[in-house]
Amino acid sequence: MDFFTIVQLGDASVRMAIPLLLACLAGLFSERAGIFDIGLEGKMLAAAFLSAAVSLASGNVWVGLLAGIGISITLSIIHGLASITFRGNQLISGVAINFFAAGLTVVIAQGWFAQGGRTPSLPKDARFNGLDFPGALTRVRDKMQASPGMQFYSEFVSGHSILVYLGLLTVPLSWWILYRTRFGLRLRAVGEAPEAVDTAGISVVRLRYSAVIIAGILCGIAGAYLSTAVQAGFTKDMTANRGFIALAALIFAKWRPWYALGACLLFGLFFAIDNRFQNIQLQVIWIMVLLVGSAAVMTVYALRREKIDVLVLGGLSVVLAAIALVTWFGTASGEGIGMIAALWETVKVPSQLIQSLPYLFVVIVLAGFVGKAIPPRAGGQPYVKER
Amino acid sequence: MSEIAPAIELVGISKAFGPVQANKDISIRVMPGTIHGIIGENGAGKSTLMSILYGFYKADAGEIFISGQKTVIPDSQAAIAAGIGMVFQHFKLVQNFSVLENVVLGAEDGALLRPSLAKARKQLKSLAEEYELNVDPDAIIQDIGVGMQQRVEILKALYRQADILILDEPTGVLTPAEADQLFRILGRLKEEGKTIILITHKLREIMDITDTVSVMRRGEMTSTVKTSETNPADLAERMVGRKVLLRVDKVPAQPKDVILEVKDLNITDEKGVHRLKGVSFNVRAGEILGIAGVSGNGQSELLEVLGGYEKATGEILLNGEAIDLTGAFSDGQSRRARGIAHVPEDRQHEGLIMDFTAAENTAFGYHHDPKYQRNRLLMDNAAIMKDAQEKMDRFDVRPPNPMLAAKNFSGGNQQKVVVAREIERDPDLLLVGQPTRGVDIGAIEFIHQQIVALRDAGKAILLVSVELDEIMGLSDRIAVMFDGQIMGERLPAETDEKELGLMMAGVTDGETA
Amino acid sequence: MDKMPKWADVVLVPVVSLLLAAIISAIVFLAIGQNPWEALKLMAYGAVGTSDFLGYTLFYATNFIFTGLAVAVAFHASLFNIGGEGQVLLGGLGAAIVVLLVPWPHWTLALIAGGTAAALFGALWVVIPAYLQARRGSHIVITTIMFNFMASGLLVYMLAGPLKPEGQQQVASGLFPEASKLPSLNDIAEMFGSDMFGRSPVNISIFIAILACVAVWALIWHTRLGYQIRALGKSESAAKYAGISAVNITMITLLISGALAGMMAINNTMGINSPQLVDNAAGGAGFIGIAVALMGRNHPVGIVIAALLFGALYQGGAELAAATDVQVQIVIVIQALVIMFTGALDEMVRSPIEKLFLRFGRGTAVEE
Repeated sequence: MDFFTIVQLGDASVRMAIPLLLACLAGLFSERAGIFDIGLEGKMLAAAFLSAAVSLASGNVWVGLLAGIGISITLSIIHGLASITFRGNQLISGVAINFFAAGLTVVIAQGWFAQGGRTPSLPKDARFNGLDFPGALTRVRDKMQASPGMQFYSEFVSGHSILVYLGLLTVPLSWWILYRTRFGLRLRAVGEAPEAVDTAGISVVRLRYSAVIIAGILCGIAGAYLSTAVQAGFTKDMTANRGFIALAALIFAKWRPWYALGACLLFGLFFAIDNRFQNIQLQVIWIMVLLVGSAAVMTVYALRREKIDVLVLGGLSVVLAAIALVTWFGTASGEGIGMIAALWETVKVPSQLIQSLPYLFVVIVLAGFVGKAIPPRAGGQPYVKER
Repeated sequence: MSEIAPAIELVGISKAFGPVQANKDISIRVMPGTIHGIIGENGAGKSTLMSILYGFYKADAGEIFISGQKTVIPDSQAAIAAGIGMVFQHFKLVQNFSVLENVVLGAEDGALLRPSLAKARKQLKSLAEEYELNVDPDAIIQDIGVGMQQRVEILKALYRQADILILDEPTGVLTPAEADQLFRILGRLKEEGKTIILITHKLREIMDITDTVSVMRRGEMTSTVKTSETNPADLAERMVGRKVLLRVDKVPAQPKDVILEVKDLNITDEKGVHRLKGVSFNVRAGEILGIAGVSGNGQSELLEVLGGYEKATGEILLNGEAIDLTGAFSDGQSRRARGIAHVPEDRQHEGLIMDFTAAENTAFGYHHDPKYQRNRLLMDNAAIMKDAQEKMDRFDVRPPNPMLAAKNFSGGNQQKVVVAREIERDPDLLLVGQPTRGVDIGAIEFIHQQIVALRDAGKAILLVSVELDEIMGLSDRIAVMFDGQIMGERLPAETDEKELGLMMAGVTDGETA
Repeated sequence: MDKMPKWADVVLVPVVSLLLAAIISAIVFLAIGQNPWEALKLMAYGAVGTSDFLGYTLFYATNFIFTGLAVAVAFHASLFNIGGEGQVLLGGLGAAIVVLLVPWPHWTLALIAGGTAAALFGALWVVIPAYLQARRGSHIVITTIMFNFMASGLLVYMLAGPLKPEGQQQVASGLFPEASKLPSLNDIAEMFGSDMFGRSPVNISIFIAILACVAVWALIWHTRLGYQIRALGKSESAAKYAGISAVNITMITLLISGALAGMMAINNTMGINSPQLVDNAAGGAGFIGIAVALMGRNHPVGIVIAALLFGALYQGGAELAAATDVQVQIVIVIQALVIMFTGALDEMVRSPIEKLFLRFGRGTAVEE
């Protein structure tokens, strides 16, 4: 891999990370205030659709962005109604919002544009386009021949849409709000001990609504970014589970803004790799090492624990080892060569597996083997004054 | 007559929760610069009254006057503005915030945090000097003890310039020594002209520190007297409405063989805190061993280990045979099979499932019992129902309806369901934790009688309670726990509250003599 | 004691929720320029208008009974299994492998083998999320969603490779042997000279679904396991006191849940007219199960009724989409609204009804 490829990969990672980051920070504000939000996905999707539709109609992408934020806030308030005012189940409310957005965007898109549930392509004026910094090269051919510093500047620093830079700015901004303002102090308090906030004479309800509305704004920007900056228009289910991955990133980030940036960049890198390298070839020996290695690690972990661990992790190890062996034998017999020689043969990793990697990583993150995080104490529970 | 206006005057306050009348036409005058005690049983309506004063509930009827001014208190904000500060029984602190942040929360000076924190830091320093309320402003709440946390609560109120301080059962979590320290602080506050309302159910505290005392019973304010003109027996009678037996009626114990033997029990939790430190004791058949101590000193953990849902190292023998403490048989089901019954400390979160019916709850923990099974596959719900009905009749649970969900019973009746379930197993060893917490006097007497009856039937009983009166009244032997250790054992006849109190505060055996 | 009679809780509240969902759906129809009343008529006709349509409605209802039960069993333990979709796919994979590998002589044997494999595969797919929930406290909702995506990846891989017969264009398994095809209800009706269900695929799986309802009912309210599941679901701390192992019960509950979802495969792979496994075999049934369980109050009887309703909605929605310009996703919108109103906004619907009963039914309510 040459330097320019690495720069390109980094550039793509940032692009992919931005919607995750905005959604992750949305989740951060919401969960720090004690409201779980599974509905990030739905809010982004609704915003993606409406901002594309309104940009198209108005010809002004900023109006589209506002519309996207508006619909996202509306869904946030519905979530607030369910989980704050009526003390309902926050998970169920979030799930309902996801379905609602998934269904409604397609139905309305068809009703308005009759193109099979998508918006028409946005013209250049109705999109967020890349900003070219002074002196930055724009043509790929020029960049490839430029010095590494220039490559970095032109490809990585310059050329993103304004929303990317805004998205990155939300990180220090969120940090500052959370840790340096009165609002932030109260917000963190209400997710930990709403009774302390209540007895201090502050409205728990108002604080929590503010938090979900902030989440709505951030999800709105994230959705608009997807349909007006990354792509030129809305397509069905275009958020592609970023809302859920953002939640995993949030846990990985231990509910902190700067960590969230790191976590989202990591997931962004996964997507960038997935996009760029559809066809990954691996030598059989590496597959063996990887699979048998993980099987061994899990077995060792399980053996020092209880029966259930041995059962589940042992079973999983057997499955992994079996896959490894099948690959090995399969290659050997398929190529008609010896077992040893087969180890150095390359096989294509199924593209479905590559596409599943981010999800797999989410599960590993949630398993909590990568650092144990303590979620906000009052998270997910409606606040009821005690008698 | 030029009279000073009362700091607080309540006139005709009434409040109902559905059919329950929590406060009935209550009037009270609290004079400034005094300590005014409010005493009453559980459920007498003390906390409701104070919640109305602090703006948590809106009274159905009645008026509030603060320093002679008619005041409407729709929320806590208004209460704070009126100069009222409240220290709740369960502290309202953000566990992972610093002391400073907790104090500032809700009383910030502007949108930015830093100036507020700096100002509060200065203020805390002067408050500390004024009232002997020393606390490290940068300590994180979850790292400091309950006594300290209580000081933070008082500081919170003072920082908001409260003139009237309400303390709800402030000594429940304190050792007698810590309580004395608290009382010194309260005395100091009184000298400075603050008005203090002390809510408690402990007669001793009322007698020790208050100037005036009001008694509440069943939602009504029955009387208000000068503390100097009353005595504990008189107050007790006013509280309950009849003469009460302050002692439990029982014959001397006749201990027989050792049933339970605990040797060198240790627990270290996942944070590395040593919860139990080499606990050893034994309980004989036909005796009640009472474990005294301020809550949070390892008693809960001890009960959990014995009840089979906490792991520990050490040795426990039941009838001379070892009990599995860490392996496959270290669970509640195995304990029950060995003849250990357990009335847990927290009936709402452990002893009962509040959404289950009373019938389902009488089988709880014993759901594998063959008598509740129709065949190998199915449970016999009719048998459970019949069994529950019988138990409820014998223990006079009201209403005697096994189909009613547990949450619809009063605290006392809930506890009777638990006690009935455990005692009727005819266990070799009964573990009892806080048997009368939140239970009305009538049910207390009944439950105490049942425990004594089980003792007289030759069973071993381990009683854990934070109520020293209960320990003194029921136990045949008393062990005191402090900081995960047994500080020593005493016979009830040969000790008194003072000595036990010192032991509960960690003064070791030798020093008390 | 209770604020309203039981029938109001069980019948009135869900019906009001459904009405609210219907009103908002009507607004959606207006927004896309459709007449809601016309749409309703079309959907009703599409759901039960002909014997074919009725059969399809029942066919879909069978799916939703399985997934509804799966969600409900988990809900009883306060676990939210949103992975039904993936478990259904894996169930299909299990059934397909067993039926394609072994030439079963008769459909009864194929049903037993295929059903067992489907249940087993469905259960296996939830093992890791269940284990992580039980032992590591990892959020079951997010992990099962992730496993849904991985399931569809795995299925596409299998259907594009190992399970695809040589020369077949479609990304799907080969057709199952004729002998293993489950008889459709119309095959049975024809024996009596009737053509009740036309060419619809509704098949004997519907009876298996009813049997599953009875089994779940007995499990939850009449077995020790069910008692423990409910106890754990209501209070984890109390369960701990009672010696109920949270780890074991969580695992077992989710395995049962996964198995029930997996069982749906007998209906949608072995039961259809040309039995095979296709790549979108679940068709959202796993998610509709959530709405069905919530609306059916996690009780098998309620689930059957809700499943019939959603079967009609799904089939009617498909016919509506075919006849007009409305996308079939309108079903997802209605499903979302039902989940919202019966699941999350329950209190909003319930408390005004409770107040009405308190005002007008005082005499009976207080006497209790």
